[in-house]
Amino acid sequence: MILDGKCPTGPIEKSWDKHRFDLKLVNPSNKRKYNIIMVGTGLAGAAAAASLGELGYKVQAFCYQDSPRRAHSIAAQGGINAAKNYPSDGDSIMRLMYDTVKGGDFRAREADVWRLSQVSNNIIDQCVAQGVPFARDYAGYLDNRSFGGAQVSRTFYSRGLTGQQLLLGAYSALSRQIKAGTVEMYNRREMLDLVVVDGVARGITVRNLVTGEMESYAADAVCLATGGYVNVFYLSTNAKGCSVTANWAAAKKGAFFANPCYTQIHPTCIPQAGEYQSKLTLMSESLRNDGRIWVPKKKEDVGKLPTQIPDADRDYYLERKYPSFGNLAPRDISSRSAKEACDAGLGVGPGGRGVYLDFEDSIKRLSEDTIRERYGNLFEMYEKITDENGYKRPMRIYPAPHYAMGGLWVDYNLMSNVPGLFVLGEANFSVHGANRLGASALMQGLSDGYFVIPYTIGGYLVTVKPGEVKVDNAEFKKSVDDVKATTNKLLNINGKKTVTEFHRELGKITWNDVGMARSKESLTDAIKKIPELRDEFWQNVKVTGTGADLNQQLENAGRVADFLEFGELMARDALHREESCGGHFRVEHQLPDGEAMRNDADFSYVGAWEFKGNDKEPELHKEPLKFETIHLAVRSYK
Amino acid sequence: MSDHKTMTLTLIVWRQKSATDPGKFETYTAKNITSHHSFLEMLDCVNEDLINDDKEPIVFDHDCREGICGMCSQVINGKPHGGQERTTVCQLHMRKFKDGDTIYIEPWRARAFPIVKDLIVDRAALDTIIQAGGYTSCHTGGVPDGNAVMIPKPIAEEATDAAECIGCGACVAGCPNGAAMLFTGAKVSQLALLPQGRPEAAARVLKMTAAASDCGFGNCTNHYECGAVCPKGVDVKFIARMNREFLKAQFA
Repeated sequence: MILDGKCPTGPIEKSWDKHRFDLKLVNPSNKRKYNIIMVGTGLAGAAAAASLGELGYKVQAFCYQDSPRRAHSIAAQGGINAAKNYPSDGDSIMRLMYDTVKGGDFRAREADVWRLSQVSNNIIDQCVAQGVPFARDYAGYLDNRSFGGAQVSRTFYSRGLTGQQLLLGAYSALSRQIKAGTVEMYNRREMLDLVVVDGVARGITVRNLVTGEMESYAADAVCLATGGYVNVFYLSTNAKGCSVTANWAAAKKGAFFANPCYTQIHPTCIPQAGEYQSKLTLMSESLRNDGRIWVPKKKEDVGKLPTQIPDADRDYYLERKYPSFGNLAPRDISSRSAKEACDAGLGVGPGGRGVYLDFEDSIKRLSEDTIRERYGNLFEMYEKITDENGYKRPMRIYPAPHYAMGGLWVDYNLMSNVPGLFVLGEANFSVHGANRLGASALMQGLSDGYFVIPYTIGGYLVTVKPGEVKVDNAEFKKSVDDVKATTNKLLNINGKKTVTEFHRELGKITWNDVGMARSKESLTDAIKKIPELRDEFWQNVKVTGTGADLNQQLENAGRVADFLEFGELMARDALHREESCGGHFRVEHQLPDGEAMRNDADFSYVGAWEFKGNDKEPELHKEPLKFETIHLAVRSYK
Repeated sequence: MSDHKTMTLTLIVWRQKSATDPGKFETYTAKNITSHHSFLEMLDCVNEDLINDDKEPIVFDHDCREGICGMCSQVINGKPHGGQERTTVCQLHMRKFKDGDTIYIEPWRARAFPIVKDLIVDRAALDTIIQAGGYTSCHTGGVPDGNAVMIPKPIAEEATDAAECIGCGACVAGCPNGAAMLFTGAKVSQLALLPQGRPEAAARVLKMTAAASDCGFGNCTNHYECGAVCPKGVDVKFIARMNREFLKAQFA
């Protein structure tokens, strides 16, 4: 099937305005008749629930944590982009769009990126009005800093806490609507199934994580703002509870999963210290504004103290290879360069999996106090984890899985191929192409939540009669029965290996075979090993306790079971995409200097997969990508 | 980097099946723990051992494991988050403990935080306080340009100091009165400091403090335990600022 993104036609500069005018409106007094389900309360979900509630819709919002304020958006540190051009350094909506399309290695939809860039400015205004304390300069105006993949300063920030401050802003707006009664909030609920009636998304089945009960909720539209899936690598920068479960449930009910192989490995994370490690911690890319990345030039120097290695014996490899972007080269390129250096035996720290991030020159130039003011909380965090002082000796960093550019396929209205199912934020695939630039995730989450879905969902709702399907529909009971059956199965295997052991094993396969560098051989290997591990899981996993209670092992078992299915799809997508682009690097497809080699003639499309059953191969559907405003070019940061 | 010597520890952990169960302490051994384990990774190891012994693992709230989501919540040796300055449980590392140590682990204990199971408590009351007024009532869209209202840098910085609160509830667990004054004071102050929050400042402080009382939180009697245990170092001066806002509101 050839998919149609239903993008507006005509000049790109007018595309979103024209589309907004073309969308049909729901009369204010009719809005309260419509029920909308919002799963997830991160930036996208909280912003959307708050905005839709304020418009007058009845919203039911769900999160697995004990409060909507805890979604993992909160951990984003560095900042949020906007095309305000406050520093007058040449920025514009078109330039933000250009940087994002190029940064995504020409695998994103132009119209979506234009819209994102256009509303980026509204986001900053909105957050300021909510009382988000952005950094200010001494005159009292908003301050900016630079992020990877851009030559302008367009990143707004609040210390190293930007995600927290933006999420708390959205949470406060959501709290206001909860108080007003337009949003009903359901905490400690995990979505386990999507209910589809006659091909239309009509509700969800959730597990009440405290009582263990399965609950049904019906609505006129279901929105998933359920984040990304990089915990498929086991060790990642995501929160422990982040999973593919809600998105995979939708995929199994017919929603296409687009570009699952586009995963972002973030270059500035704290290296793994041991086998027992449960997660990796990211340090904001903003550190690369003032930190210089290097490894020793000589292998015999890797064991030495960094301070004993003279400047002449250090390889500042990003500055050397990418002189015009230097340490601010985009994430995929920086990560791959770090891996190359470590593969060449020049890595530092345990297992040789680390490179230095050095602030010595910046401290000399600006003073330690200035560096502390800019990044104090990051240095503090680094010291707590590693017991090392980043002001005194260079930090050690290594890439780690961080973000999923792939996600459920959506059209320009953020609706999936299943009518009534909308997907927002990281959970969808739309704007980042094959690589996301820094400070763009927060922008997308809030763009989708505050300024896109409130318009586009109306265009769908006017076509449906409110309250047509209720939870007494047979599909709801069937869904609850199915979910209960799976849960009981997990509880009754009583095997010999814990859920975490399986998750770690899956992580080793995905990281080694579907990680920063992929080959036909490694991917074929993953496609063989993952189903084997999945079979073993269903024979030999051990889940203690019961389903009628708070049971974290059971929650985890369900999530890992889904990753064991999804991981295979990720590998299949990576195998089929015979090119290198952004975060997807196939060793067979590289330029003589080791840069990614795209194949625009054959692969300039979105690859959206239809689930056909675990024992059957998924079916690929394509949405061709057209580049009319930003012309296809080799992505160079030299 | 320090060496990877391993430790054996005795854990005395609060186990409680449900809100109505009386609960009791149980003793466990944590083996092969290195100085680089985080406290939660140490508990993960204990839980893996429990599962392999067919016992129910200890349940505890956690999520981001990088000290920002505010989910983790344990009283360790009598101190919320374990007593290391500006540190959540998930960022506490085992290098702060010695081989052979005995560690007491309990949930947050406060009237407004009923225990759900083991170390997990219900903190919905904190959401209730925010819902009472912890926001500016701006609409989505229709707001002025971000630079239209200047905010002096020191004011923006002070508002950020208050806004760093992660809503974990350690301040409540540490307070002899089970008060949420630091939590409430931080939000009241953040919004009262900023020009965008001024129009509703009086109504906000009255509504939020009333909600805190209704939820069963106590009052402040200046013990400052809240500030001592806050993993983000939120300053008790924000309670004083809230009190000033409260007084002003009486005459508003």
